[in-house]
Amino acid sequence: MIEVQNLSKAFGAVHAVEDVSFTVGKGEILGFLGPNGAGKTTTMRVLTGYLPATSGTAKIAGYDVHESSLEVRRRIGYLPEHPPLYPDMSVASYLDFVARIKGVPAATRAGRVDAALEMANIADKRKELIKRLSKGYKQRVGLAQALVHNPDVIILDEPTIGLDPKQIIEVRHLIKSLAGSHTIILSTHILPEVSMTCDRVVIINKGRVAAVDTPANLTAQLKGAERVRVEGRAVSRDTGAAALDAEIFALLQEVPGVRSVEMPSMDARRHFVATVECQPEYEDIRGALAAKVVSAGHELLELRSLRLSLEDIFLQLTTEDSAAPAEGKKR
Amino acid sequence: MRGLIAIYRKEMGHYFVSPIAYMVAGVFLVLTGFFFYQFVVLFMENALQATMQGMRMGRPPEIDVPGLVIRNFFGLLGTVVLFVAPMLTMGNYTEEKKRGTMELLMTSPLRELDIVLGKFLATLSLFALMLLPTALYQAVLFLSSEPRPPWRLILAGYLGVLLLGGVLIALGGFLSSLTENQIVASMTTFGLFLMLWVIDIGARGSSSAMGEVLQYVSILRHYDDFTRGVIDTSGLVFYASMIVLGLFLTHRSVDALRWRRA
Repeated sequence: MIEVQNLSKAFGAVHAVEDVSFTVGKGEILGFLGPNGAGKTTTMRVLTGYLPATSGTAKIAGYDVHESSLEVRRRIGYLPEHPPLYPDMSVASYLDFVARIKGVPAATRAGRVDAALEMANIADKRKELIKRLSKGYKQRVGLAQALVHNPDVIILDEPTIGLDPKQIIEVRHLIKSLAGSHTIILSTHILPEVSMTCDRVVIINKGRVAAVDTPANLTAQLKGAERVRVEGRAVSRDTGAAALDAEIFALLQEVPGVRSVEMPSMDARRHFVATVECQPEYEDIRGALAAKVVSAGHELLELRSLRLSLEDIFLQLTTEDSAAPAEGKKR
Repeated sequence: MRGLIAIYRKEMGHYFVSPIAYMVAGVFLVLTGFFFYQFVVLFMENALQATMQGMRMGRPPEIDVPGLVIRNFFGLLGTVVLFVAPMLTMGNYTEEKKRGTMELLMTSPLRELDIVLGKFLATLSLFALMLLPTALYQAVLFLSSEPRPPWRLILAGYLGVLLLGGVLIALGGFLSSLTENQIVASMTTFGLFLMLWVIDIGARGSSSAMGEVLQYVSILRHYDDFTRGVIDTSGLVFYASMIVLGLFLTHRSVDALRWRRA
């Protein structure tokens, strides 16, 4: 449905998007993930025909976004980063206007406006002036605007921004329910949103595609070894802090299945936090670790398995020194 | 065509809830009403004096009061329009850009021409609506004069004002499409119109070759013909081509929005 090939966009000397390629199948939801300023909005603007690409091509439903811009624009619904609203209009008259400029025939227009109000769950606000609505409602009017002409392709730039948690869940459900009959691209910098709603993810950073895959595959691929975080308090035996450090370190290292231990020196209250990396063959070494610490007479305060979340993958892919795991770098 | 009508309807709806439109129309009507009254009083007094003088000399006076009022009123209207038009056009495109709704229009299946023409026609309609109450003044004058003033004079005057307004609205719309700031749009438009006005004043006094050229390009010079009841092809062509020029520039500028960083 959507084919993007070697797309680049430069503003003068600044390369906002460089050599981006991806495809989206019919009925799929594609997540566009990246830090602010990564080029998400620019890519979407090229797809919607708002900006021309510097090089490369993008096709929607077989139409080139530049050559046959009108054909493309007929088939897309677009919610920009800031919902494009007329504050002096009522919600219903605004949606009616959008339906008109999107070319919805007069016979079906009223029905489409009602359907969009219903989908965005704002039917009770239809007579309200847009300027009197809260930010969350404005965002939903923006969403209704993108759906009013029942487009094949829906492009949403950060659709859940400004919504409260309940509304976010509603909007995610709405987006999921639109998949299948519509092809959807949504951008976000909120990671759970992607793993919850999208079939595939494009991670974009500094204008380049860092990874394209399903959320599950991305997690699996970058999972690497399992790690466990051990937090405890060393029971004092009148030895110096440095000696205690070494003792705990050696203790953890002895546990079968441990590949490496990372532990900053403990604080004055002899509180230690260690990150233990396991050998992949071992299933779960938390029990062994707990037994070891306790049997040596120390206090075990917390033991937690560190799963590599999409968050870590994102950080790994979008930070310069991607070699170090995210958690270890924090200290 | 459907897109054009949608844009036109949206713009008109916007004007009817916009305080600026009401304010501009209010000021416009107060000004024109005041001057109309002043002209009537002034020319009546003149006529009275002339009549008394004429009686002493034994000749009947030859002063056409309604004709003078109409001519002078339209002359003044042209100047007032120069100052009012920037207020009507300043928000045309700046507002859309500031609110981000330009992005909606540009990503909808609309041709740029639909947007440009829809907005131009809406502003021109608003301008025509603003002029409508002034027809009441003319009606009073027309009905209370004996003999009746030629209605051709009044119609030519209105045609002239509408054409002049059309040119100013087309040019003002273009300047509005260049910026995101309403103040900048209104000031540059106002500056341009002031320059046109000054050129006109300069051209009137001069008889050099340069002066003649200036007289030809002066938008008010052609307007004078209309206020005298003369509908001249050169005036019609001049105004029509100025409107087309303004719309063409606006069209290019809107088209170029895609090319620029937004």
